[in-house]
Parts: sequence; structure tokens; C-alpha cells
Amino acid sequence: MSKYLVNKFLYTVDRDPELVERYRDDPRGTVQWWETNLANRILNLPAAESSTWLALEDAEREALATHDYPALFGLGAHPFLTLTLFIAMFERDHAEPLGFQLEYARRMQGYALPYPDIST
Amino acid sequence: MAELVAVIASTHHPFYYKASTAPPDEAPPFAAEWVRKVEAFRQTLTRANPDVLVMVGSDHFHQFWLDNMPQFLVGHAERYDANWYNEEREFGLPRMHMLGHRDLSGHILRGGLDAGFDLAFSNELRIDHSVTCPIITLRPQNDLPIVPIYTNIFAPPLPQPKRFVQLGQTIRELVESWPSSQRVAIIGTGHLSLELGGPRQFGPHGPDPEFDARAVQWIANGDLDGCLGQVSLDSLHAPGNATHGFMDFMLMMGVAGENAKADYVDSYDLFHTMEAYFTWYPNGAPA
Repeated sequence: MSKYLVNKFLYTVDRDPELVERYRDDPRGTVQWWETNLANRILNLPAAESSTWLALEDAEREALATHDYPALFGLGAHPFLTLTLFIAMFERDHAEPLGFQLEYARRMQGYALPYPDIST
Repeated sequence: MAELVAVIASTHHPFYYKASTAPPDEAPPFAAEWVRKVEAFRQTLTRANPDVLVMVGSDHFHQFWLDNMPQFLVGHAERYDANWYNEEREFGLPRMHMLGHRDLSGHILRGGLDAGFDLAFSNELRIDHSVTCPIITLRPQNDLPIVPIYTNIFAPPLPQPKRFVQLGQTIRELVESWPSSQRVAIIGTGHLSLELGGPRQFGPHGPDPEFDARAVQWIANGDLDGCLGQVSLDSLHAPGNATHGFMDFMLMMGVAGENAKADYVDSYDLFHTMEAYFTWYPNGAPA
């Protein structure tokens, strides 16, 4: 269980315009590059002071690598982070206002209360 | 001592800026009525003629992250930059800049610590739409210094609802004991029922209109007993997965006081989430 690291991926990609585009265009390659290079970086520390132990689980890596946001919800990723980043990547592909947000809601219809725990 | 001239609780809807500034032929159909309601709400602050604003909101994973997450934090800076790249991207919000008020920030920090709240602080805080939305709606000229106070309604484990109420009560006591002749308004923003990233998001109304109706009554009547009796960290999952933002309304109920009826109440049923606006005048309505 590494919900924290899934959230860290979503957070660090979402706030970087170049990474948003890179993740949209090459999800599997971006996840692999990120896990190798950034997963263990503590965000406000020099690289020499990185962590040594963080890794995604297989199901988490696959959900990120396939843009599978319903699966990320099921894994307990923070829904605000997922929604914000996926709007940034895919809202542009929908002509109608809120078209992507409504498709997103439709794809989540398999979930009912109680939702997966998002505590980290 | 300082005078508490207004207490204001509001939703913070990041789409208001875009809806209210769009050319008429591009504005959504609900925009005109929304602008009318917001401008009427704005008058309730303008009439109070404040000198400084205490602004309660919540960082949405902008500056604060899961490696170092404060529960309650007071900004203690001379200035604040505001709004973030992903808020420009998604909501069209402008970059903003606000003046701080170090003296009142320091008074609230010291007094809050002494009153039993182990408040975090920040000397370099970039604030987000939970504080800038009410500036845009209530004080668009953005000419007053602010004291931002952030709460964690977002990254569990969260403080209990009663702590939000107690913090609100303490903030009021501290403002009213601030040795100053300034006129202070306390403004806090949160949500009614809200779903983000789940199956109930972006519906024609908020995800739980029945909760919203009860919540508006709790706030309008200052019904802290009723609210605290029915709201828990667990219960807030049911109306929508982002409804813990309602605890910032509970904080403002603590500021307004037990059984304090709001002097101004309005709401607007929008898609996705209901808007709600409340103003109290603790020392009587201004002339």
C-alpha cells in the first residue's frame, strides 16, 4: 500500500505544465521515469537528502500507466488530485462544457458508499 | 480594543470569476443571477467598513503537502502572493497579491497558542482560491490587509468538527482582545455538500440537497447544538466525498456564536454544489 506515493505522483505532475503534457502523451514512460528519478525526492530538500524506500505497488503503477482513474479511486488515491490532473489532460478533448467531468462521473458509477479510504 | 464589525461565511466557488467576467454572449445562463446575488452579499461587507480581514480557508494541496501537513496554520507575513498555475489552468483565476497584517497575525498566533491551539505558522505563504474567491466576490478592489488562517479539511486524519467550532470561538475572542482601534471582519469559506472525483460529481445540484437545506438552517440560526449533534468526521462522507469543507462553516458558526442568527442569508442552487452566503453583525447592523 503506497497511497502516499500515488498521490505524490499526481501532485508533482499536476503542478508542472511540462509533466502534465508528458504524462498525457506517454503515461507508461512518464510513470517509469518518475518512479526512477523523482519518487524518492523529498520535495523541499536537495537531491542528496532523498528518501531510499518508496516504490509503487504493481496495481498502482499499472493504474497510473494506463490513465485508469476509476482504478486509482479504488486504490484510495486522493480524488481531488486525480480529478484535477485528469481535467488538465483530457478536458480539451470534449467539445461540450463539463463534458469530461460528466464522463468521469459516469465511469465512476460502479462505486457506492463507503468509498475507498483515502487516509495516508 | 479592535471592533469585530462583521462575520461572514460563504462558499468559495472557483468558477465565479470566469462566469462573472465572461462577455454576455459567452456567459453561462446562471451567471447573471449569480452576479446579482454576489453583489448584494458584497454590500454586507462594504457596509461594515472594515480595515482588516481575517480570512479562513483551506489549502488545496498547493503549498502544503502530505510530507508536512499542518492542521491549523496562521499566515504571518507582510505580503501574500496568491493563486496557482493549476487554478489559472482550470478556473481561469488571475494571479493576485495581498497585503498582510503582521501585528494581528502575531496576536492571533500568540493568543491561540496560549489558548490551547498549537497553531502552525508560515512566513512565506502563497494562498489559493479558498481565500482569493471571497476577495473576488466580497472585496474585488483587494485593498485591505489580510490575516490568512488555513484549516485542514482535505488530508485525513482531520481534526474533529468541535475543534473547528472551538477555534472559531477563540479567533473571535482574540480579535476582540486585540489592542487596536482597527475594524476587523472575519470571513471564512467552505462548502455545503460536495463531491470531487467520485460518481456524484457535477450533477445538476449539489450531491445532497437535503443536507444542504439542513446545513443552511444550522448556519442561519447559529444552531451549534443541532449541527454538532448530527455532524461527525464519519457522517460527512455521506453527503459527498469533499463535504468535510463544511467544517470551515462550522468554524465560522463558532466565530458568530451559539444561537447567533445571521443578519443576512442567501443561497443559490447551482450545478455541482449549492452556493450559500451568511453575514452577522456582532455589534448591530451598520447604519
